[in-house]
Amino acid sequence: MKSKHEFTCINCPLSCSLVLSEEDGEVLEVSGADCKVGEKYAVEEFKDPRRTLSTTVKVKGGALPLLPVVSASPIPKRLVRDAVRALAEVVLEAPVADGQVIYEDIMGTGVNVVASRTLGCEHDG
Amino acid sequence: MKAAERPDCVVIGAGPAGLGAALAAREAGLRHVMLVERDFELGGILPQCIHDGFGSIVFDQVLTGPQYAQRFIDRVEKSGIDIRLNTMVLEMRPDRRITAVNPGDGVFELEPAAIVLAMGCRERTRHQVMIPGYRPAGVICAGAAQRDINIDGVMPGRRVVILGSGDIGLIMARRFTLEGAEVEGVYEIMPHAGGLTRNVVQCLHDYDIPLHLSHTVTFIHGRKRVKAVTVAAVDENLKPIKDSERRVPCDSLVLSVGLIPENELSKQAGVELDAVTAGPVVDETMHTSVDGIFACGNVVGVFDLVDWVTRTAETAGRAAAEYVLEEMRKEPPIRVNPGRNVKFVIPQLVRRPERGVDFFFRVEHAEKAVRTRVLAGNEEVYSRKAKFVRPPEMVHAEVGAQAARPREVTIAVETGGKKDISSDEE
Repeated sequence: MKSKHEFTCINCPLSCSLVLSEEDGEVLEVSGADCKVGEKYAVEEFKDPRRTLSTTVKVKGGALPLLPVVSASPIPKRLVRDAVRALAEVVLEAPVADGQVIYEDIMGTGVNVVASRTLGCEHDG
Repeated sequence: MKAAERPDCVVIGAGPAGLGAALAAREAGLRHVMLVERDFELGGILPQCIHDGFGSIVFDQVLTGPQYAQRFIDRVEKSGIDIRLNTMVLEMRPDRRITAVNPGDGVFELEPAAIVLAMGCRERTRHQVMIPGYRPAGVICAGAAQRDINIDGVMPGRRVVILGSGDIGLIMARRFTLEGAEVEGVYEIMPHAGGLTRNVVQCLHDYDIPLHLSHTVTFIHGRKRVKAVTVAAVDENLKPIKDSERRVPCDSLVLSVGLIPENELSKQAGVELDAVTAGPVVDETMHTSVDGIFACGNVVGVFDLVDWVTRTAETAGRAAAEYVLEEMRKEPPIRVNPGRNVKFVIPQLVRRPERGVDFFFRVEHAEKAVRTRVLAGNEEVYSRKAKFVRPPEMVHAEVGAQAARPREVTIAVETGGKKDISSDEE
């Protein structure tokens, strides 16, 4: 079955409106792109859209009650909400080092979620 | 009171601008650099900006806000910079005398040889955009909501309307959604989004949050807590269209309606401010109109990228060191004029064109197929094509060393001319 999908390119301020035509998952054509970057972006957004996941997790005894965390690389877009939910259950003990792995293999993606800052203990000054 | 301390340089504010300036001043050879910060930790606004998108120019890498800050904090903590946290500057005078206070030292005086202003900016509030209605709890600026959610772990609302589509508003639409709140929609008075397209796509489209362009909030309902807002479409003069009004139940109205450079201290010290940028008039070393006082980052003008904030901070820090160590040469300034489709330019003055200048500017309106030109007197010293320019995205023009000393410099964005625009855009 043939169908069309619309995307807005995010790679430059031009923000091209892209239309990707496909038949049974096979990309036929990308139109509307001013350059090759836009064409590639539309194909990625159609086949395997990914996003960097960032959220916070709870910390006990820290200088702050929350620690910001980030996925070490982008994960499939459709898994972001569930990944945030899974991370909402995590409770850590301070201190935490920048880059420390907080959650391994989030949602079976093979991607680790890591601390995005150093967080000291409550009375560290 | 103790005798005044006399550091070589005091940097006010330890966000990205202050961190960068203090490091640059220290690395340029100053012995006593004091970094004064009112919060309990370094980093400024970055620790609450947990999303990614920072650092693509400075580090050639995409980092989150806390990661970007951490890289500077780690260096600052090892650099021998005198860090004063929980410290508020109360007063700054034209002779560079500073009065500050913190819980450990009490009230104390500083007489630095140079000062770098790095206070950043603050959010425009409900009263500055004049939204009629009641004055209940639940009307909150987007950055304040971001701090509640990401730093303090408190949800400021469960059913949210966002007014303004600046980047912080878009980022918070996603953040509220991921934390389980319902974002009814984002309303933007202009016919185009205020933030980056990347944020419109990844924060709104990804979560099916509607963006209502050419719409505004015309009334806030609820005596104690926000109960609803009235929204309306606006005409081409930005006037609400009466019969388009619609009541939207919600418990919070989140505002993302602009940022204002924080210049209360600058005014006390008699620093000349630019009416358009609302920040100090600076030359290419980020020197203000008051001798020995420099400024960098969002206190000078609101930048779109933290990378540019860092760039101006490094310039200011190095210049402050040069000022202290070798009494900087101060030639009479050359005016930089905003030309066609240029709203403002930073720096506003150039003293030594022989050393090259980094210009940053914003356009008045969006335009396609343009050429940025820098004219020194009548001579073109810089020319670059761009496919597109938009007001939310700052333009950077790096002009190399110039032998001639023109009377004035003009920066303009021009259209027309050659059709080939693919060859040398940035």
